[in-house]
Amino acid sequence: MSEKYNEIPMAGNIIEPGNSEKYKTGGWRAERPIHNPETCLWVKNGTCGRCWIFCPDMSIILTEKDGKFAHAFNLEYCKGCGICAKECPTQSIHLEKE
Amino acid sequence: MSVPKDKITIEGLTGDAAIAHALKQADLDVLAAYPITPQTIIVEDYQRFAADGEVKAHVIPVESEHSAMSACVGASAVGARVATASASAGLALMWEILYCAASMRMPIVFTVANRALSAPINIHNDHSDGMGMRDSGFIQLYCQSSQEAYDTTIMAFKLAERHDVLLPVMVGIDGFILSHNVERVEMLPDDAVHKYLGVREPFIALDPDKPITMGPLALTDYYFEFKEQQDEAIMGVPKAYKEVEEEFAKLTGRKYGLFETYKTDDADIIIIAMSTMGGTAKVVADVMREKGDKVGVIRLKMFRPFPTKEIAKVLEKAKAVAVFEKAMSFGAAGHPLALEVRTALYDAKERPMVANFVVGLGGRDVPPTTFVDGIEKTKEYLKKGEAPLYETLGVRK
Repeated sequence: MSEKYNEIPMAGNIIEPGNSEKYKTGGWRAERPIHNPETCLWVKNGTCGRCWIFCPDMSIILTEKDGKFAHAFNLEYCKGCGICAKECPTQSIHLEKE
Repeated sequence: MSVPKDKITIEGLTGDAAIAHALKQADLDVLAAYPITPQTIIVEDYQRFAADGEVKAHVIPVESEHSAMSACVGASAVGARVATASASAGLALMWEILYCAASMRMPIVFTVANRALSAPINIHNDHSDGMGMRDSGFIQLYCQSSQEAYDTTIMAFKLAERHDVLLPVMVGIDGFILSHNVERVEMLPDDAVHKYLGVREPFIALDPDKPITMGPLALTDYYFEFKEQQDEAIMGVPKAYKEVEEEFAKLTGRKYGLFETYKTDDADIIIIAMSTMGGTAKVVADVMREKGDKVGVIRLKMFRPFPTKEIAKVLEKAKAVAVFEKAMSFGAAGHPLALEVRTALYDAKERPMVANFVVGLGGRDVPPTTFVDGIEKTKEYLKKGEAPLYETLGVRK
């Protein structure tokens, strides 16, 4: 963000496809999602995944290794919108002030 | 090399028809427009060329002027040579997209038959529409004759498409006064225009094989930098325009400059006016000179970017400047042209007095007597040592 006006593409053109990855929207977040693995269906048996489906920023990371399921947030992009908390059928996600 | 006389076609053309012929020879790829008086003939004539197979352009008869300018932006973004035409309320409806066209750096040529804005609804000439868009980032060129309208429309593509410019150009002609009056026009052969303009070489274009994004979001962190780029581009236009015109003059012998000066060298009072008023003003200057009043004229062609330093250099030798203009900026410290002129003169060593006359709104005729009135008033103001901020002439009051 330190480039001068004559060091950036004309008229705001984005000449590098997919460079929105460089825009870390996590800075917008006022509330942070907190996950409870005790009640999460993904962690329990690898089902559900509604938070992953609904997240508008692909900031839910669901993984499986040797039959063990893990849940994490990518806080670099998570804007704290709360859709995951709203969609969770077991209320395993809640938001707390940053 | 100059085009030989026997290759030149001479026809009697209205301002609108002259522009339509220029657009035809410019070999457009896309023309998107919506009809509005007094511009309609430009697009009507062009559509006839298209229907007769004389042009290859894709003509898009859109549902509104907002869509017309939007379609032009889209077509220009893929690298096409694009034009549109409008006036008055139609131009006003384009407003939002005018800014997009300029700030997305689309070299669109926008021909306008300048007309008053509503209300009351009025189809006749003044410069309210052009002055309304003056901050949009368009280059603005106002023409005095059908010949100039033809020449300027051709040059506008050359200017707009230069990679050191890349800005849309408005070519203005006075509605009805020029748009519907027949004048003698010398037209170049098609191949000379094709050679002069060439095929547009886009600086950057939308291409499915090399995806890019144009016109995205830019907030507090980048927006200002893009405006800085745009400012730099438009401030470089006078230099680019001179080169464009120089090359055109080689073909035709004709050039107009950023503005035309008439008997300004020894003038005590210089009239500054735009478009067709320039012709009347020059006649008035001649008559006033016969009576012993040293009157000169600047007929301004390029309103944006405003040739501040160049204008000041001519005006600062005079005792007074009489600004005649066909637009009002309601509640402003002066009207659009006078605002520019006063600002241009602020740093002059000896500032001439500036008298600001608003004339001809809604097509009210501006005969020589209106200019004479203004000059006589200016002479009185010079004696008194002060002039009013502005006044209207030719209105019943």
